[in-house]
Amino acid sequence: MTLISMTVREALRDAMAEEIRRDETVFLMGEEVAEYNGAYKVSQGLLDEFGPKRIVDTPITEHGFAGLGVGAAFGGLRPIIEFMTFNFSMQAMDQIINSAAKTLYMSGGQMGCPIVFRGPNGAASRVGAQHSHCFASLYAHCPGLKVISPYSAGDAKALLKAAIRDPNPVIFLENELLYGQHFDDVSDDPDHVLPIGKALVRREGKDVTLTAFSIMVGKALQAADLLAEQGIEAEVIDLRTIRPLDTETIVQSVKKTNRIVSIEESWPFAGIGSEIAALMMEQAFDYLDAPLIRVTGADVPMPYAANLEHLALPQVETIVEAAKTACYRTPS
Amino acid sequence: MLLIRRFEERAGQLYGMGLIAGFCHLYSGQEAVVVGIQSILKPQDTVITAYRDHGHMLACEMDPKGVMAELTGRSGGYSKGKGGSMHMFSREKNFFGGHGIVGAQVPIGTGLAFAHKYKEDGGVCITYMGDGAANQGQVYESYNMASLWKLPVVYVVENNHYGMGTSVERSSAGPNYYGRGQGWGIPGELVDGMELLKVKEAARRAVDYARSGKGPYILEMDTYRYRGHSMSDPAKYRSKEEVEGVKEKRDPIDHFRTYMLKTLKIPEDQIKDIEEEIKTVVLEAVEFAKTSPEPDPSELYTDVLKEGENV
Repeated sequence: MTLISMTVREALRDAMAEEIRRDETVFLMGEEVAEYNGAYKVSQGLLDEFGPKRIVDTPITEHGFAGLGVGAAFGGLRPIIEFMTFNFSMQAMDQIINSAAKTLYMSGGQMGCPIVFRGPNGAASRVGAQHSHCFASLYAHCPGLKVISPYSAGDAKALLKAAIRDPNPVIFLENELLYGQHFDDVSDDPDHVLPIGKALVRREGKDVTLTAFSIMVGKALQAADLLAEQGIEAEVIDLRTIRPLDTETIVQSVKKTNRIVSIEESWPFAGIGSEIAALMMEQAFDYLDAPLIRVTGADVPMPYAANLEHLALPQVETIVEAAKTACYRTPS
Repeated sequence: MLLIRRFEERAGQLYGMGLIAGFCHLYSGQEAVVVGIQSILKPQDTVITAYRDHGHMLACEMDPKGVMAELTGRSGGYSKGKGGSMHMFSREKNFFGGHGIVGAQVPIGTGLAFAHKYKEDGGVCITYMGDGAANQGQVYESYNMASLWKLPVVYVVENNHYGMGTSVERSSAGPNYYGRGQGWGIPGELVDGMELLKVKEAARRAVDYARSGKGPYILEMDTYRYRGHSMSDPAKYRSKEEVEGVKEKRDPIDHFRTYMLKTLKIPEDQIKDIEEEIKTVVLEAVEFAKTSPEPDPSELYTDVLKEGENV
């Protein structure tokens, strides 16, 4: 296995191409995925290689094609359903939760639904309240779903492949701002998949644990560099999978650092940070020397104005300040 | 048809005795629809419906014991007691539920048809819905895609004239459900859903059309439910005379019994034997549903996710 450099966008395309090549029941369906090569060009070239049977353009009808995908999965296929952005999955939420997530249980185990719902999630840049929603917490709330949100290109590829091969419905949350970013960690081995539900310690440190996923991992790593200059060694955990959450890795880290800051771009109430806080209370209470601190998006619909949008999203400086507070250092 | 009628009568009794709980929607009165349609299907065909589903399951030849035991929430039920009246499935019989969200089964059925076409297995999906579901937006999203991609699906609108307590006159502007595919070029027809043979003839036309690759077809079945929407519904939105009138003049079972006697010349004794046999089958189902144990507490956390990856 050689590690090569590519963008997240290319890594996602390669993951799909390899899986569509490997398994004839896998197909990609969504708005503009075929002839347009993807609204964000993630499916570039797939129609040319696989043809219209495997790469299917849909009308703008999210509720309908999400449900159609669920039916196709019940019928023995493995659909990859692309939402142009996850904001539009709100139209389809009934099919995702009531039909895809619950049917295995309601059928006493008869009716598996091997399907991937994927697309860009969360804020992009200046696209306003209805196009900037992070769905990690919302989907992670539901038993019967797996929720993945990768950061690097290598993870994006290996986890998307795992999601496609998984016999359960998987929500795969990408990030538009990461699509064009290069990473040097992409495996060229078509059999390389990562296990779902395993976090990655991206930077080791002894003073404070920072948990993050997707684009916030990059911010957490930058914050860790700044903290190091001030004598604080932060350990950065890339959660990679939101559900099932790799609680073990977080607890092990907190046992070492005794302090934790959770970072996410979504809203604070009942967010991923809230869940981690509860888990730490239950599983690491005796190891905590300070309360967990949540760094989240502001509790408002996303504003359009550049300055307000900046204020609404977690920034590197916010993370640095939170980590210092957790370490009882005087804020700068 | 008689099996469904007797089964539902017993289900109603068990509900009254407290052995069945929650939502329970009986199919009495509508039997000719599902029996007529299912009688012409092929083994590879698939079936999906909403929550008034007991009749569909029996017509798909699912075991009455397993259906009744699911109603009583027992481990011998089709979903091991974890689904209930509205959520039963049988992969073996190609019955895909049993869906509790009004209209949600329509895109799913369209997806089953998509899978038939993709796999080229020659199958057709029969997607049942009620007149209530027929006003959901996702139905029309499905019509559009099914027609666009020429999917082998027959949409059956079981118009029993009431979506819960709201009559079609009060819920639907232009309630000709069979004609609602026109904009997408989907043929449709209105069928007397109380007449088994008429249902069967129409079903053959529709299924042949879908199987031949021409795309979807809509059958609106003019039918009637004798009971309330669910067990908790006293059905005060319609008169007793209306219900009794349908029972007296249009009952699908009475009509077919007369047809068997007078046209097919089947001796009365032979019909009575069938009736006795059905009684026994239903009583056995009731007995099974009463004696099958409740699911083991350990079942609470099973079947949430499928184990193992298909790597």
